Amino acid sequence: MTKNLPILIVLLPLIAAQLCLLLSKIHRHVGRWIVITAVSASLVMSVIQLLEVIDKGPVHYYFGNYKAPIGIEFSIDTVNAMILILICILGLLTCLFSNEFNQVSDETIIGGMNTVMCLLITGLLGMTSTGDVFNLYVFLEITSLSAYCLIAMGGNKGVVAAYRYMLVGTIAATLYLLGVAVLYANTGTLNMADMSEILNDGEYDDAMLLAMVLFVASFGIKMALFPFHGWQPAAYTHADTSARPLIAGAMGKIPAYAMFRYLFCVYGTDFKYFDYFLKVLGVLSVCAMLYGSIRAIGQKDMRKLLAYSSVAQIGYISLGFAIGTPVALAGAFLHMFGHAFMKAGLFFCVGAIVYRYGKFSLDDVGRIYKKMPLTCGLLVIAALSMVGIPPAVGFFSKWYLGLAAAKQADWIYLAVLVVSSLLNAVYFFRLIEQFFINEDRNLSQIKERGRIEASAWILIPVVVCFVAILALGLCNVKIVNILLMTLGEVGLC
Amino acid sequence: MLDFLAMNLRPLYAVALALTASALIYILGEHVHRNVREAITFAAAVLMAADVYSMIPSVLAGEEIKLEVFRIVKGISFTFNVDPAGMIFAFVASTLWILTSLYSVGYMRGHDEKNQTGYYAAFAMCLCATMGLCFAANLLTFFIFFEILTVATYPLVVHYRDEKGKKSGHKYLAYTLISGQIFFAAIVIIYVFTGTMDFVPGGFVATDTLPMPWACIVFFMMVGAGIVKAGVMPLHSWLPAAMVAPTPVSALLHAVAVVKAGAFCTLRVVLYVFGPEAAKACHGAEILAWMAVATIIVSSMIAIRKNNLKARLAYSTVGQLSYIVLGICILNPFAATGAMYHIIAHAFLKITLFMCAGAIFVTTHKTDITEMVGIGRRMPLTMTAFTLASVGIAGFPFFAGFVSKANIIMGAVEAGKPIYAATFVVSALLALVYLLPVIFIAFRKDVVNPEFAERGEANWRMLVPLLITAVVSIVLGCAPNLGFHLYDIATMAGNSIFGAFTL
Repeated sequence: MTKNLPILIVLLPLIAAQLCLLLSKIHRHVGRWIVITAVSASLVMSVIQLLEVIDKGPVHYYFGNYKAPIGIEFSIDTVNAMILILICILGLLTCLFSNEFNQVSDETIIGGMNTVMCLLITGLLGMTSTGDVFNLYVFLEITSLSAYCLIAMGGNKGVVAAYRYMLVGTIAATLYLLGVAVLYANTGTLNMADMSEILNDGEYDDAMLLAMVLFVASFGIKMALFPFHGWQPAAYTHADTSARPLIAGAMGKIPAYAMFRYLFCVYGTDFKYFDYFLKVLGVLSVCAMLYGSIRAIGQKDMRKLLAYSSVAQIGYISLGFAIGTPVALAGAFLHMFGHAFMKAGLFFCVGAIVYRYGKFSLDDVGRIYKKMPLTCGLLVIAALSMVGIPPAVGFFSKWYLGLAAAKQADWIYLAVLVVSSLLNAVYFFRLIEQFFINEDRNLSQIKERGRIEASAWILIPVVVCFVAILALGLCNVKIVNILLMTLGEVGLC
Repeated sequence: MLDFLAMNLRPLYAVALALTASALIYILGEHVHRNVREAITFAAAVLMAADVYSMIPSVLAGEEIKLEVFRIVKGISFTFNVDPAGMIFAFVASTLWILTSLYSVGYMRGHDEKNQTGYYAAFAMCLCATMGLCFAANLLTFFIFFEILTVATYPLVVHYRDEKGKKSGHKYLAYTLISGQIFFAAIVIIYVFTGTMDFVPGGFVATDTLPMPWACIVFFMMVGAGIVKAGVMPLHSWLPAAMVAPTPVSALLHAVAVVKAGAFCTLRVVLYVFGPEAAKACHGAEILAWMAVATIIVSSMIAIRKNNLKARLAYSTVGQLSYIVLGICILNPFAATGAMYHIIAHAFLKITLFMCAGAIFVTTHKTDITEMVGIGRRMPLTMTAFTLASVGIAGFPFFAGFVSKANIIMGAVEAGKPIYAATFVVSALLALVYLLPVIFIAFRKDVVNPEFAERGEANWRMLVPLLITAVVSIVLGCAPNLGFHLYDIATMAGNSIFGAFTL
């Protein structure tokens, strides 16, 4: 049983996705609960798997027992084992959250919606687990296609945003495929570990350079790294409200992990142009952090503000890659986990407000904390975490990034971290000011409040994110230690 | 079995008490009777003070009270350590919290304020952060509480939710967050260069840890956060702006907890991180001392021109805090002892003045000094307390302010800096110039202001605390060591820092 964990984690949601559409015909709740059950099962299994990986070291799973270069491999180390848990948690929360939305629309749409969401989770899980470059492409496409659907379901503007994302996303996928082709032509293998060995032995520097350029562009588009972020704000803004937390929280992170995988695991520090790529990534991250924050300051729509903030926050993650030491990478991944909960949490808040009042604009939410204290409590914690106020997780990831930057004498990165936190403070305190201080707009409710401020399905994710932000912050040493079990071996020393 | 009364758990209790109180107030506040809500504050305040007092004997005996709670980041623990310097600040903050809470109840109810739940919750949170930074044993723990304090004070500044409050809030955040983030960068740099974060009396940065211009820059990056909160010019302007907050906030936070946290941060950075030698070698201490001198003089000048009583007191605070900063930067045991004692002295004196201003405002709705003609007739006790505190601020003998100032001046003379000593004398005169007119106006006999003809003091909840603080400031001036041995503790702190340096 435990031997098959890596595949089961991915397979269960995939099966559930197929069943969901069918079973939704019977009753609209059946399909949904199939999905929720499958994702919960994956969550439990990925926790077991993490414990196992911590205990016994990396796990390699070969499909049909065909050994590495021929068969497809799933390889799980501590880093992606943790990312799997993250995806499962966010997926589960989003599924629960979406219970309250689209209650009235017809069954096929609800069934379809859950199917697509489940497929998105499957794609993300697969991208994270796989140890095969072509398999990665398959899961990348599953992710992308389901994301297009979820974004398109957000209404007319959603369709436009999805179309735009689709155009860019298809280019990204093609670029990735080209990169794989270049590497395959040179090495004759599709397995990452195998490829890494061959690449390190021979003289493939030029091919590797070309492939890496393609990968950076491709994953850059997928993770919305500046300057490839053009599709992202509109897509996040107009995506379906119930799916937005998952899209914003997890979807951008996995391509970042894939990029890390190529740069550090497949290529490694021996790669001739390694330092150049780190420099390039560094420049892009710095631009992303500054540009994203500055654009976010100007936004009036909460969704767009948060979307631009994501552009900046992705910059933190890639900045960690650009510094390149194990501590910096640990900081980057800690930020990945932290930001997933912060951003998903913020979008849960926005969702809760939309659910009750149907408002997105910052101007409409004056003193809403009196009506929704719990939601606003999470909002404050998440916002402070974004700014990097201790003891929220945002502070600690910043600490590791800053520490690593200072150790490498990259003073500019340290300075940018400081400036970026302050820019974050500008728009997040504006957000807080709107929620707590500005005049009450006397909003009319769409949905009557019950005994609590919103339904339990909305509050559960809110509370979980709230706890996660603080817990990740306070337990960061444990997480970093687990991450370093893998990261200690890669990266600059 | 866990010993819950263990000595080394007590600093954690102090922090946890205030944190619990804050959470309880926030969650229950709107659902229980307001008396219950205020009872939570009182219970926490009294327990916290008892907790802090119970640690004094151990501090005096030189015992170590150290508690490593858990690993906060890789390589650094979240650690509390009760040392004499932290004890002094903790004593002041916890004692005055009880009195201010009583006063708050009188003020907030007397003035019929809104959002009281948020107010009390944020107040308790500020105290939690203050306790944390008193007892923090290393820079990172200190920084965590320092930032929490920054954020927790914000809701109090914007308490009235009006345009003016919002503007002040922006200003406050801009000053404190920017300096806080720079502090963060400096902590990272210090950690990379020294590999340690633990406060050591006398500092752990060697004179050659950093090359010269950088040593000074890092010094100011670190101390910047402290002097912003302490209102050293030219970084002071958030403090007068923050006076839009309700008066108890101005009293406890903008005269005691927050601004003293700034002074305390300066103390920790200069004497426990850099240490006298490195602070001297990088010239940081000297530059900072001159900034403090300029602040003392200029702020007093500005105070003279302010007609609004709270604004005048705010500028007086700016000046008085620079006493502490100057005392620290003279870098000798006398001055350091004086600086630490001034934390206590100024706290009791200035809180009295602010409480008087608040009492006047609630009873008569007067804020401007020129409108207070003959108010002594109506509120004799309040104005007597005001008078006592005013002369105490000016540093008259037999008042707490004298003890600290005498020590700092002795330190300045010993260090061969007569100009610093002269600054204190000039500033004492200026303090009289800006505070005595208030008293003269209040007690004018020749004009009888019909508004103030009848005798009518403020509510007892407001009157009692301000009388207590006024009396305590005299007691501490006559017998600095009475009861809690505060003077001894201050001396201990001074000696522990300079023990290896001068003797």
